[in-house]
Amino acid sequence: MLAIIDYGVGNIFSLYSSFKFIGEDVVLTNDKKIIDSCSHIILPGVGAFADAKRKLDESGMADVVKEQVKTGKPLMGICLGMQMLFDKSLEYGEHAGLGLIGGSVMPISDVIPSDLKIPHIGWNSLEFTRESKLFKYINNGDHVYFVHSFYAADCAADTIAVSEYGAPLTAAVAKDNVYGCQFHPEKSGEVGLNILKAFCEL
Amino acid sequence: MIAKRIIPCLDVKNGRVVKGVNFEGLSDVSSPVELADYYSRAGADELVFYDITASVEGRQIFTDILKEAASKIFIPLTVGGGISTLDDFERVLKCGADKVSVNSGAIKNPSIIGEAAKKYGDQCVVLSADIKRVDGKFKVFKNGGRVNTELDALEWIKFGVDSGAGEIVVNSIDTDGVKQGFDLEMLEAVCNIVSVPVIASGGADCIDDFTKLFKTLPGVDAGLAASIFHFGEVTIDELKRELNKNNINVRI
Repeated sequence: MLAIIDYGVGNIFSLYSSFKFIGEDVVLTNDKKIIDSCSHIILPGVGAFADAKRKLDESGMADVVKEQVKTGKPLMGICLGMQMLFDKSLEYGEHAGLGLIGGSVMPISDVIPSDLKIPHIGWNSLEFTRESKLFKYINNGDHVYFVHSFYAADCAADTIAVSEYGAPLTAAVAKDNVYGCQFHPEKSGEVGLNILKAFCEL
Repeated sequence: MIAKRIIPCLDVKNGRVVKGVNFEGLSDVSSPVELADYYSRAGADELVFYDITASVEGRQIFTDILKEAASKIFIPLTVGGGISTLDDFERVLKCGADKVSVNSGAIKNPSIIGEAAKKYGDQCVVLSADIKRVDGKFKVFKNGGRVNTELDALEWIKFGVDSGAGEIVVNSIDTDGVKQGFDLEMLEAVCNIVSVPVIASGGADCIDDFTKLFKTLPGVDAGLAASIFHFGEVTIDELKRELNKNNINVRI
């Protein structure tokens, strides 16, 4: 069973539904015992980094996620959930992340030409930078759906895909059993569902 | 780079899609969920559900439908129609909508744009404006394009973006239903003043209209249409193949 970590952030209706749709048992929970009994963990997230991280800390879920990762369970952070995997974020001040993957979350505006719109919103293609089991059922160049104004930087060694938007923006990362998608697999049609399916098979 | 989006719009009244023809493999042409699923399979990049119901009962049916659609269709969903309060935002976002489009509701209560953007993020708030030329000036109309608000359209859109609207739908009343293509002049005027995505609506009649739209105005991010998809005049997959042939970046 998959556990989607419930820490009071954002709308997970589609995320929950997408796992159901591909036939997975999924539960939205903040109960440590239930999370313990699950084989895979999803860390969702939308909104502002500082607010979400504070809720993750206060709910006790930050520690739970870190403990679970140590047991070797596959973890996937999605969108802001992926950004929280890193050491820190510079979104409106400097905030510590979970430190599961080395790197910092920075404003996209730092690296793209000023005539490009922010947020980076819409369908963009994935460019694989490394092989990953996450991409078992999809192809290099497939489109996925993004909505974000910040991106993960200084994480080249753990980056498995980028998307070109005036600069190569980190689209997906993997380090041992920790995975992250900047895009929304639950809003990326068939391609997104195939990524979730591959994750569930890890 | 970001692909240009093709967005079919479904007008829903009392739980049924208004008008339409039968597509192959679509058993119930009036079922919003079936039609949405059909469009999604054909390559739609996003779907708009537009609630044209007036009654409270109708609203409830609409959210049930939205929920059903969001549990089997995994592309971005935008909801519009009858949105005027934060409660309206909450009601549809809870059912799986990703973005909420405001029109007359924002004209009546302009602060809703900023309040919703603050609560749900800019990317969630779409400002949709029905615009018509009056004495050579672009004016905002309300109540389905029937009432002239006297608001200057460009000023209104600028205000909306400054308040936090993350996307603008420009619906030209002048070209809507005329079937001579999108209103390129109006769209260009809007693209020149905003830095958020601009969605063109009103006037699409054939594939060439979309090609011309994206070729002429690179600042336009998406094309929205209802009837040409709905009546089967253009299918989304053939449209995208044709755009791709013309070197317009689309998701295929």
